[in-house]
Amino acid sequence: MFKNYLKITFAVLKRRKFFTFISLFGISFTLMILVVLTAFVNHLVSPGYPETKRDRCLYIDKFEQIDTLKNSRRSGPVSFHYIKNYVSRLTSPERIGFSSFTNSVNAYVKQTKVNLFYKYTDANFWKIADFEFLEGKPFTEQNIANNDFVIVINDFTRDKYFGKGVSVVGKNIEIDNVNYRIVGVVRGCPITRTYVSSDVYMPYNTSKKDYMRKELAGEYIVILLAKDAGDLPEIKAEYQSLIAKLPFRNYSDKWFKPNKIHSTADTFIGSFLSQLTHSDGDAKKHYVYLILIGFALLFMSLPAINLINVNISRIMERASEIGIRKAFGASSRTLTYQFVIENVILTLIGGVIALLLSFGVIYYINNSGMIPYADLTINWKVFLTAVIISLLFGLLSGVYPAWRMSKLQVVQALKGGE
Amino acid sequence: MIRLKNIEKVYRTSTIETLALNSISLEVAKGEFLSIMGPSGCGKSTLLNIMGLLDEPSKGDISVGGESIRDFSDKKIARFRNQKLGFIFQSYHLINDLPVLDNVELPLLYRNVSGDERTRLATEALQKVGLGNRMKHYPSQLSGGQKQRVAIARAIVGNPEIILADEPTGNLDSAMGNEIMEILINLNKQEGTTIVMVTHDENMAKKTSRLVRLFDGSQVL
Repeated sequence: MFKNYLKITFAVLKRRKFFTFISLFGISFTLMILVVLTAFVNHLVSPGYPETKRDRCLYIDKFEQIDTLKNSRRSGPVSFHYIKNYVSRLTSPERIGFSSFTNSVNAYVKQTKVNLFYKYTDANFWKIADFEFLEGKPFTEQNIANNDFVIVINDFTRDKYFGKGVSVVGKNIEIDNVNYRIVGVVRGCPITRTYVSSDVYMPYNTSKKDYMRKELAGEYIVILLAKDAGDLPEIKAEYQSLIAKLPFRNYSDKWFKPNKIHSTADTFIGSFLSQLTHSDGDAKKHYVYLILIGFALLFMSLPAINLINVNISRIMERASEIGIRKAFGASSRTLTYQFVIENVILTLIGGVIALLLSFGVIYYINNSGMIPYADLTINWKVFLTAVIISLLFGLLSGVYPAWRMSKLQVVQALKGGE
Repeated sequence: MIRLKNIEKVYRTSTIETLALNSISLEVAKGEFLSIMGPSGCGKSTLLNIMGLLDEPSKGDISVGGESIRDFSDKKIARFRNQKLGFIFQSYHLINDLPVLDNVELPLLYRNVSGDERTRLATEALQKVGLGNRMKHYPSQLSGGQKQRVAIARAIVGNPEIILADEPTGNLDSAMGNEIMEILINLNKQEGTTIVMVTHDENMAKKTSRLVRLFDGSQVL
């Protein structure tokens, strides 16, 4: 019987080419967009090279001083002074590292200008981020203590500056009129991993800026690595108690006398959301997930409604076939089952097309250089969930018209459902 | 075998009520070849459809083998149609998306019959009606007479006790009509199949064992 259903399904799909196209386009295009979008979101928020320990990390990227009386505030990343004198006192993290936000600088290669992104980091940064060293090694605490002008570059910089694949450890590179000795070459990472991505990395104490100034706000992001993801709440709590004990800075500016400090150690997604929502990102995480799921469902409902419409007209058209099948012994249940199977097959074909399209689009994004070092992958969980939701919609959209038609008197059905 | 008692069928719209059948009582005996005759619109097809459980009467009772079908569930009616009845329609009613062989296999699809057995029985039925060489054709590739033979093959493939034929020769020329009639007569005589046939062709009706005439929804004695 199933073979017969398959035959009739493919015959109907072939016969009603336009309907088939509309249905398949609706299903596959929506699924494809959903899969590519989630691949992109996944790429942004999930652990990936070199942030493989992201699920064990908390980030402090904002420090806010608030004058509640004058309703004014100053905020920005944190300073070296703050990290050294306060954050480093935290005992619950396994490791504390930091790096500056990414900036760009011009470097000159044989009189050709090369624009490079750079970061200043400490030695722990290399123990938290799992960079793959193609050559050499990271700079160490000893390098920092010795005030060594050393640098780690990525393969893009090496290829651009020295030539593809040449050995460069020990050679010098001039960045912003300062000569650095290359100690390591890492495999580059996508620019979307903003806390770790850069073309070159230098020790924080080689910065031309006065990194020692006694300000709380500065230019660094702190990464707190937990032994275990389960320790994150404890670290967050310890950081909050540290914030509560911070002395208020007495500014000479009479218009700004801070009496409140706000700073949180957030997970990656939490720090991203806290910037969006201007509140504790981790607390808002669940609401944001709910909103995203809501949007995804809404997005999925478009092809579902389309499918219901197409199915109703498709099944109505086949009233005569329903009449014939009933006349020769098909019960209402068997007929409903047949139409549901047809819909499931249609949805599965749409799913396969969506998968192929998604592979194509993701391959294109990864290889087009739109996002350097992009490593988007299909999130199978999302893909399967989307297929299951489509199947569910397919079932619902097939069951109702099929059930209605199967309830027709055979004579009515034979006359085309009039 | 089939017993109709005081069958009435009324078609209602918001403005008009049409009495299509008026108190019809009829009994079809096993092995009989009964024809129902009458002018167009007299209710012949409606009566046949009610006998074949394809339509419900507005009033009256139908019993099959002594059992009233009033209490039959959808599933039981479906099983009854599948196992006891075979239909032949004037406009063939073949599924155009399926090849001839699959069309003929249709009644067996709703029985516990293996795929191989279905193919064997459908091939046999098609050979009986002289279409053994058209099994892979689609209905659109056949002539009217060939389509009606496929419809007959489909009606007989499940070896039903009763065949209900609604103007089986209505769309065919007289030569082709006679051929189809021959097949039905042979089925009745050789296999003992009970046949109820609606026709408005006197010549065809004369070839059957009993004739019932209808006029304006009523039985004419």
